[in-house]
Amino acid sequence: MNLAAATNENLAHTSNVLIYSSMAVYTLAFFAHIAEWVFGSRSKVGRTAAALTEAEAGAEGAGASAKVQVAQKGGGTAVLDRPKIITRSAAGTRDVPDGPGAAGGTFKGDLYGRMAVSMTVLAFLVQASGVIARALSVQRAPWGNMYEFSITFSTVAVAAYLTLLALKKNVRWMGLLLVTTVLLDLGIATTWLYTDSDQLVPALHSYWLWIHVSTAILCGAVFYIGAVGTLLYLFRDSYENKLANGGQPGSFARSVLSRLPAAASLDKFSYRINAAVFPLWTFTIIAGAIWAGDAWGRYWGWDPKEVWSFITWVAYACYLHARATAGWKGRKAAYLALIAFGCWLFNYYGVNIFVTGKHSYAGV
Amino acid sequence: MSNTKSNPAPEREHRDERERQDERDRENARELGAAGSQLSTAPREESVANLPAMGVIGWARWFWRQLTSMRVALILLFLLSLGAIPGSLIPQNSVDELKVETFKKAHTAVSPIYEKLQFFDVYSSVWFSAIYILLFISLIGCIVPRTGQFIGQLRSRPPGAPKRLTRLPAYTTWRTEAEPEQVREAALAMMRRRRYRAHTAGDAVAAEKGYLREAGNLVFHVALIVMLVAFAWGQLFKSEGGKLIVEGDGFSNTLTQYDDFKPGSMFDSDSLAPFSFKLDKFIGTYERSGPQIGTPRTYEAHVTYEKGAYGKPQKTVIKVNEPLVIDGTKVYLNAHGYAPVVSVKDASGKVVYRNAVPLLPIDNNVTSTGAIKVLDGYRDKNGKKTQLGFQAFFVPSFAGENQGTMFSQFPAADNPRLALNGYHGYLGPDSGLAQNVYQLDKSKMTEFKDSKGKQLKQRLAVGDTMKLPDGAGSITFEGVEEWASFQISEQPASGWALTGAIAAIAGLAGSLFIQRRRIWVRAVRGADGVTVVEMAGLGRSESAKLPEELADLAVTLNAVAPTAPGPDTDPGSDAGSVEESSVEPAEGAEK
Ligand code: HEM
Repeated sequence: MNLAAATNENLAHTSNVLIYSSMAVYTLAFFAHIAEWVFGSRSKVGRTAAALTEAEAGAEGAGASAKVQVAQKGGGTAVLDRPKIITRSAAGTRDVPDGPGAAGGTFKGDLYGRMAVSMTVLAFLVQASGVIARALSVQRAPWGNMYEFSITFSTVAVAAYLTLLALKKNVRWMGLLLVTTVLLDLGIATTWLYTDSDQLVPALHSYWLWIHVSTAILCGAVFYIGAVGTLLYLFRDSYENKLANGGQPGSFARSVLSRLPAAASLDKFSYRINAAVFPLWTFTIIAGAIWAGDAWGRYWGWDPKEVWSFITWVAYACYLHARATAGWKGRKAAYLALIAFGCWLFNYYGVNIFVTGKHSYAGV
Repeated sequence: MSNTKSNPAPEREHRDERERQDERDRENARELGAAGSQLSTAPREESVANLPAMGVIGWARWFWRQLTSMRVALILLFLLSLGAIPGSLIPQNSVDELKVETFKKAHTAVSPIYEKLQFFDVYSSVWFSAIYILLFISLIGCIVPRTGQFIGQLRSRPPGAPKRLTRLPAYTTWRTEAEPEQVREAALAMMRRRRYRAHTAGDAVAAEKGYLREAGNLVFHVALIVMLVAFAWGQLFKSEGGKLIVEGDGFSNTLTQYDDFKPGSMFDSDSLAPFSFKLDKFIGTYERSGPQIGTPRTYEAHVTYEKGAYGKPQKTVIKVNEPLVIDGTKVYLNAHGYAPVVSVKDASGKVVYRNAVPLLPIDNNVTSTGAIKVLDGYRDKNGKKTQLGFQAFFVPSFAGENQGTMFSQFPAADNPRLALNGYHGYLGPDSGLAQNVYQLDKSKMTEFKDSKGKQLKQRLAVGDTMKLPDGAGSITFEGVEEWASFQISEQPASGWALTGAIAAIAGLAGSLFIQRRRIWVRAVRGADGVTVVEMAGLGRSESAKLPEELADLAVTLNAVAPTAPGPDTDPGSDAGSVEESSVEPAEGAEK
């Protein structure tokens, strides 16, 4: 009966202030990214287009590299002290080098890009503190309603992005798109989904909440990053196709798409991301089923939320199968990946808002 | 990617990019031959256009091959997700029949069509079943041969080295003074140390690793079948029923005691687990302040239960997420409400009825309605036997007089009121329909009138009594009990479903995270008498790790067979076709 006292209004207020502050900082990061792209466009990346087609002609060669790089002595007479690895990209991929990134190799662009990343780090820290303050104010995981779900979701997406950056993966190309969607997500969360901090209804008292919802958020955030990669792959791929077939891409494509990584790299990137989270998504659904078994007396009952989790799962399985099926690799598989992410989004926004089922905790 | 452009000029440069890739694909496959085969047991793709020669067997074989192909599995998977959608948007009989009825009344135009298409029972519909049954036949038809193939691969040795190792995705070579046999022996030992399956075939060592990928993939697909069968089994043999119990009352697990019972179609009533329990107390707490005032915080049903016929009574608490489990049967708490205790005296002043009458909540603050029925024992002032019925309207927290609302203000029983109006006459046969308990059939009843000739109505606080007119007796509101309703269900094979689920995740992880790859090391004496070592690697998919691993192996082997000085150290040059490139690790180009 002491539950009523648990809500700490002060902390809840602090959380709101932090979330709004993070939005301000994300906005700065957004403009810094814009500046990065603008300055980057002034470099002569147009040249890469020519280089691209040339690289295309020599079908073999580029690709991954070994960590043991060989000091190749000139003249061919010297002793080769370490073996050198030659790689051939697998059949079916274009040999196109990655673009130079948003900054286009310009100093100024790069400077703004770095500023954008620093700003994103700062905004992330502020946002994460906001989420933690919210959690402390309700003395539970911040996953009780759609507002909390949304702010946690974008925090995790940014965390995933920053982790990839910290691991020295080439992902800065997605910075602008990511920051834009984070702002969108936070905007929707604070204006339409806002719910005062409070405790949970009895049905949500379960440690499965921690497990099921936390993995669901993580999956969504990472699937999102995969979807960004897939989307850009589609653009970049048609750009490369055009070049390869002797076409002349528009000036937007020349300026923006030429700076992205090669289609093959983007494709591989999103495949790895999606494949890595698919088992976790499977686990999320199973954890949900176990929880449903405890809470509602059946582990699977075709509740709309369950149905859409299942649809999302099958759609991603489709995508993975397509990747392993001749004639479905590449663009077709990419469309499937986007559909699958669309299912995830619908499960989140659509089902919570438009469909009533047992999962009606949205608080909207 | 058919790209038949309007310009048919068959110029090589202008041909569709992908056609060229396909060509390269085929060429590669031809060159690698057996070495590259069987890195996966995925079925070979056949063109649908490859129609069989006429004849039943030919067609059957063709059909089976189509059904078990990856392409059809893909299409079936897609159809499965598509087919699941209507069930999430249209109310389902299996979830909420009441909603279905409401929907049908509201949409008279489409409902008959939906009915025909089985849109109100999507997940048991003919077409949905057809999709998943086909998918699982396809799955079985795919797994069985793949398993056989995989076992064959495990029994045999990794295939020998292809002729031209330079054709492989990762390649290296150097010259050494060491003898070829020595190099091969060292290579074999090294590969085995690294847990490759390796053997020497001719002038080369062939090694392979990562079989767990395939194993994991097979485990995953088998686990899917286990899960489906377990789910279907559970649906067929489940028992599921509901029981409403007022504080102080009990239940024992036999068919007759259920309020409603929905078994699976193969359920056998003898298989109900023997146990009983009594509801000692129900405790609900609610948010007392703030914007979410009235939101439930805890629900607890304190019960005493006995296993079997002569079990020892044990006490426990059932909460919303914490069912009581007895011999595989689970008892869930799924609703609660109030049961006002009323007593009725007849004209002679004798108490003829005393009961806690459960009422059904109609809103979140547990405003409740129901009926009180005095079936026998009552005699009117003339001593004649008759029946009494009262319509009851109950609020646990009354707003107060003149507040303009009779609805409850809060879910806890802070200030309970019971409003009654009475009837006498014949209640009608109690047909046993569950709803009847909460409704009065007034067709053969007459209402009691007050002194002004209006219908007799009164709002009672605890302890109040409503007198029936003309000395016909009275009804007293004595107190409030709570009731809880329980779902008692047993779904067999859920252990199997869970086992399948865990196996599926494990298998999936193996299938997606483990790389299957082959490494070959060839050592032969060159024309000038110096040994030439060639190493090459092939992965199932293009992987950044493969060249790294090959480099690592090469460095290790290089320590045993050091590079000899010589004129021809350029690894690419002996295979003219390979364009050499020393690639700097483009930052993050991989992963
Ligand atoms: C019904 C017929 C099915 C067939 C013929 C089939 C066949 C295959 C094959 C051959 C692979 C290996 C592909 C590879 O090595 O990359 C595979 C992988 C896979 N299958 Fe299936 N499968 C079927 C059904 C399913 C179903 C129902 C699911 C689950 C929804 C599923 C999920 C997967 C997943 C996630 C992979 C891993 C993909 C990867 O390795 O990248 N499969 N399937």
